[in-house]
Formats: sequence, structure tokens, C-alpha cells
Amino acid sequence: MLFRYRILLLFIAALFTAWILKNRELFEAYTQVIPGTQVKFTMVPIPGGSFLMGSANEKYSDETPAHRVEIEPFWMCTHEVTWDAFELFLDKNYETAISEGPIGQVVDGLSRPSLPYLDMTFGMGKEGKPAIGMTQYGAIQYCHWLYLKTGIFYRLPTEAEWEYAAKAGTKSSYFFGEDAKKLSEYAWIAENSNESTQKVGLKKANPWGLFDIYGNVMEWTSDQYEADFYERSPEKNPQNPSIKLYPRVVRGGSYKHKAEEISSARRFQSEPKWKQLDPQIPKSQWWFPEAPFLGMRLVRPLNPPSPEEIKAYYTKAPIDDY
Amino acid sequence: MKPEHSRRNFMKTSAIITGGILTSPFVLPKAYAAPDNHLKLALIGCGGRGTGAVFQAFETGHPIKLVAMADAFRDRLDGSLKPILDKYGAEKVVVPEERKFVGFDAYKQAIAEADVVILATPPGFRPPHFEEAVNQGKQIFMEKPVATDAAGIRRVLAAAEIAKAKKLNVVVGLQRHYQSNYRETIQRIHDGAIGDITGGQVYWNDGGVWVRERQPGQTEMEYQMRNWYYFNWLCGDHITEQHVHNIDVANWVKQGYPVKAEGTGGRLVRTGKEHGEIFDHHVVTFTYADGSVIHSECRHFPGAANRVDESFQGTKGKAYLSAGNHGNLSDWKGNAIYSHNRENNVNPYQQEHNELWDALFKGEYKFADAENAAKSTMTSIMGRYATYSGKVLTWEEALNGKVDLFPEKLAWDTSPKVLPNEDGYYPHAIPGKTQVI
Repeated sequence: MLFRYRILLLFIAALFTAWILKNRELFEAYTQVIPGTQVKFTMVPIPGGSFLMGSANEKYSDETPAHRVEIEPFWMCTHEVTWDAFELFLDKNYETAISEGPIGQVVDGLSRPSLPYLDMTFGMGKEGKPAIGMTQYGAIQYCHWLYLKTGIFYRLPTEAEWEYAAKAGTKSSYFFGEDAKKLSEYAWIAENSNESTQKVGLKKANPWGLFDIYGNVMEWTSDQYEADFYERSPEKNPQNPSIKLYPRVVRGGSYKHKAEEISSARRFQSEPKWKQLDPQIPKSQWWFPEAPFLGMRLVRPLNPPSPEEIKAYYTKAPIDDY
Repeated sequence: MKPEHSRRNFMKTSAIITGGILTSPFVLPKAYAAPDNHLKLALIGCGGRGTGAVFQAFETGHPIKLVAMADAFRDRLDGSLKPILDKYGAEKVVVPEERKFVGFDAYKQAIAEADVVILATPPGFRPPHFEEAVNQGKQIFMEKPVATDAAGIRRVLAAAEIAKAKKLNVVVGLQRHYQSNYRETIQRIHDGAIGDITGGQVYWNDGGVWVRERQPGQTEMEYQMRNWYYFNWLCGDHITEQHVHNIDVANWVKQGYPVKAEGTGGRLVRTGKEHGEIFDHHVVTFTYADGSVIHSECRHFPGAANRVDESFQGTKGKAYLSAGNHGNLSDWKGNAIYSHNRENNVNPYQQEHNELWDALFKGEYKFADAENAAKSTMTSIMGRYATYSGKVLTWEEALNGKVDLFPEKLAWDTSPKVLPNEDGYYPHAIPGKTQVI
């Protein structure tokens, strides 16, 4: 019985791989179901190309100089990652309980987050709401879990990829123009959020089909934050790998930010004080108990790196925080 | 012992906590007058929380030296010392091999080395550790909860009296008492902003906590000590270990302790061998002397909605509080009476140490948190007794309960009182059958 079962699983895996390859050739929007569950999300293709990254904004000098950047094609998730998906990763028992069939040996051995000692929804609810308060390490480990479940290399966007996708071919401060007053049509911000995260996808999308790219929650990128990085940033697929624990780049603003604080080019940075309320030492590798405004969005490169590079991306050891 | 129901009696025991009373200074031990004028600190219980508390002590900026550490396990002690030493250096962290104490009796020796002690083991050990620290005349920071059964509570209450007589400062890590939204809002409630409190709801609903898996070669005692959250003699169940925070807020707001508890609970979604004997949900109603009722709810259900906060209803309005710096009072027409500014609040885990160490270095006797902490812990234990037994319990019945969860003898090769069956599952309480007192 067991042997037969394994053969069946292999067959399913082969079918699945074939489907992935087909999809890859097509480079079209697709829906990713998290195997064994009803939870799914949509990835849309972001064509490769070049754009002017940053701005000439004197108010935020870290956005300068505006500089030409080339980006390889990738898919990006239409929505921010929600608790519906993130909680499966967070709690193995929950994943097991909700999944049809076994969750898989490999996933079984994955390093999962410590269960947070605080209510990490901060009373703002779960269903359809963005998962919040995860560290960059936790965000990458969520991608790792998805990779083990789907075989697809999901990762965080680089800062350049994020801005390229947010601008979606536009050159204005917002993808809809310059009028900050219109932001409420596209985003949950301080002016309309009632001081809370909101269900993803309720506002208008950007030209490339991305919802909540501004506001709701800030989104993790994989980059180290350096105010002067644009002065020496390479032109092709720039990224500033995270070596120090702080600060790292987050983007898009959140439900706590005012319209005037948000734009496609605006750069935000992670801060140690987001862990102030963590009563333990070493502080959690997984959670920021004072960053209810921080979430994540997935990307998937059209041309994935080698298996070794993928492994290296996912297994980079976290830095002790104390 | 009777609960102190009247406002006047309550104020007598808790005014110190809210910052009102400052009695005469305690006598400075000789160590305080040492040439470099530092205070010596010992850490008892070297987990993440104890280590965090040492960081907070150092972060006060006062001249403190960590001189001794104690834990049941050597690896926990070493894991705690490393970040402390990395961060604060060998000048301040002076814990040579001969002052690293390991085992069940390690606490006695470590306490003897210090002027001030941090007690941060699993809560089952708090009564003997607190007793010892008081008997040795030490200044004390101890974590909540302060016991796991009524027998332990009675020991803490007795030692708390001695601590008062000796003028030993005792701060307990019910840190909401040191968080400005709670202080500001509850002061206003006590001043009558929303009238008399007639009812309330307090919650700790979330997905649960860590599990430590059984390792080959572990004795049953070691396994329970490592995976302590799931065993009542060590943890007291999550209604005590976590939800005590919210129950304590109810007592603080009500300025008293409940006279009666009844409740329902069980194990619905967290039922593995590794989950020991504790329940995954408890729902309790606590009735206070004036007839007002507080609804208390705690559950560890992953995937379900989370809620960790406290709400109260008064004759003139309502209150909403949470550890996320909420502190809102409004009248019944929805008009705001008070809205605490949620930005830039001081970290309460730091604040409790700032206030304690400031008092210690001024030679002041200012904090007697142990009695309230014991009674709030007792309230949570009474809730557990109610959900475990299915009975209605009075405060006196619960506090005088005879069931003692603590092992007869503590050693790696002795058995705790609750043991797994042949399939590895632990017996748990069955409402209607289980005797709790």
C-alpha cells in the first residue's frame, strides 16, 4: 500500500512539474493553490524592462539620484500575503489539521516560527487580512515553506523589483499621477483605514494588477537599507544584500501613513525598536511585536537560480538579536 | 485568609503598586556601601524571559553586577550567559564557574551571592524561590505567575508578609501595572470616569505557544521540566501562565478579588502526547463581592480569531484596554472620555526595572507587588479549578484547597505526580469527575 502510495505521489509531482514548466513557458498570470488546502493566491507576470528608479525629491534625499535600472522578468503576487496562508506555515499542527492528506516529510522538517507570545493580529483580525509583524527572516522562511510545498522558487522582491512593479511603467509619484488626494481610491492609509489593516484587494489595483501596493501594510524587500545606495547602485538587477540585521528596506507605506508620506519611490527602513516589546533575550528571530504595519508580498523570478543558489537563499542563518 | 473586597482594604494592599505610599527607607546592606557602590544581581531561571530581565536591569544604567546564575539545566545557563556577556562585558558580568549553580537546589546558593535577585523559572518553583529570597533578605524582581496551585499561593502570601516586615522591595512582572495606558486609564476609572464597574470581559485567545519534543534518554522529570508549559505543577495551565495578565487587570479595575468562580473548559484541538495535561480553552465567570461579573476567556486555537484585551462596563460608560497601548474610555453615547495616545509609550518591561532599581539605589522601600500578584494568580487558579472540576467555587474554598501538585521529591530520577499512560498520553481533568481542591 505504502509503495503504491509513493508511486502515486511521484506521479502527481511529475504532473505538477509539467504544469509548472508549461506555465513558465507561457509567462501568464496563474493561480497557486497551496497543496492540500483551499488557500490560493494569484501571480501576475511583470515584464522585464528598464525604468527610472528613485526620484528627484529633495524631501527624501535617499530617493536620489533617480537612476536607470534594468529588471529581469518575474511574477508578483497580486495581493499581500494573508493570515489565511501564513498561519498554515506558522503552526504545523494547524497545517496538518486543515490539510487533506499528509503535509509531507520535507515540510515536516522545516524550521517554523516560534509561536508569538503576543496576539500578532493586534486585534485587527485574520481572515483576508494581511499577515503582519514578521521579520525579514520569517518572511523568507515562509517562502521556503512554500517552495517545499510547491517546488516553485518564491522569494521576496528586491527593492528595485518592488519599485519597478509599483511604478508599472509610470513616471509620476503615484502610478495614477501626482494627486495625493486620490490615494484613498487605491490604498488604505491613515486618512481612511480607521487605524487598522483591511482585507486585501478592496481598493483599485495598479496598471499591472497589483492591489494594495501602497498602504495597508508595508512590504518586505530583500535589501539592506543604505541612504546613499542609489549613488553606487549597479544598473542591472540591482540589489543590496542584507548583511546587517538593521536597517532593511520595506516599501509602500501602511494604514498608519498619511498620503503625503507615501509614493512609489519612498523608502522605509526596519528598526530595532519594533522588537522593544519582546520580553525575551535573545529576541525573537521571527516577530516584531511593535510592527503591526509590516507585511510581505511574494515574487517569483521567470528564470529561477540554480538549486544551490535557492538553497543558499533559504538557509541563510538568522542574525542573533540582542 | 479572606479576600479583601472593600475598596479601602484593597487600597491598603495595592496603593504601593500604584505609586502612592512611600514608607521609611530600608536598611542598606553593607554591600551597597562598597567602594564602587554597585549592587550585586543573581538570576534564578535562565530562560529567555530571565535573560531579558537581566538586560532590562542593566539598561537602567545603574551600577549593577551580575554575580551568580542558577538553572536546573547547564545548557540553559550557558545559553543565557552568552548574550549577557556579549552585550554588557566582563566588567559587569562576573559569573565565574564557581557561581554558576545547576540543579534543583541551585537557587539557594545563587540567591546567597546577591543583593537583588531575579526569579524567572517556570512558575511552579516561584513559591520556594520567593520564600528563600525573602528569608535571605534580598530585594526581588519575580516573574508572573507566582504559583501554580493554592498550596503555592499560601506560601507566597505568607512570605509576602515577611517581605513587608523586612521592607524588601518586591516587583512582579505583571507589567501592565507599569504600562502607561493601563495606569492612566485605570486611575480615571477609579476616579469615577465611567461610574461603578458592573461587568467586564477579559481575553487571551490566540494560537498557543512552543512545544519541546521528548528527547531520547530523558527521564520523565527532565522531559516535564523541558516541556514545562504542558504540566500543571510547573505551568498552572495557560489560564494561569498567560491569562493571569488579563484577570489581574480585572481585579485591578474592580479593586478586589472575586468571591466566586464557575466555568467550562477542555481539550479540543491541542490533544497530542506532547501537550501534556493542560486544557486548550477555559471560559470562566468571576463574581465579585458587589455582584458584578467578569467574563474571562482564554484559548489556544490556531486558525481561530485572536483576541487579547480587557473591556469593562460601568454605570456611566465603558472602557477598552490592551497591551498594544489601548486605553479608551467613553460614555454610553459614544463620546470619548479618555483616549490614550498609543505612540511612543515606554516599554513596560523596561519601566518595571527602571522604577525598581531607581528605588533600590535611593535606598527606598517602595514596592510590595507580591500580595496582589499572589491573589491575581490565585484568581486564575480558581478559574482553572472551576473549569477542571465543573464546580462552583468560592474564594475561600479555592484558596484553602488541599491538592498540592508539586512532586514529593525533586530529582532527575524521581517521578512527577502526573505520568503518561502506556501510549504516552497524559491524564487530564474531566469536569464533573476531577477533584481540584
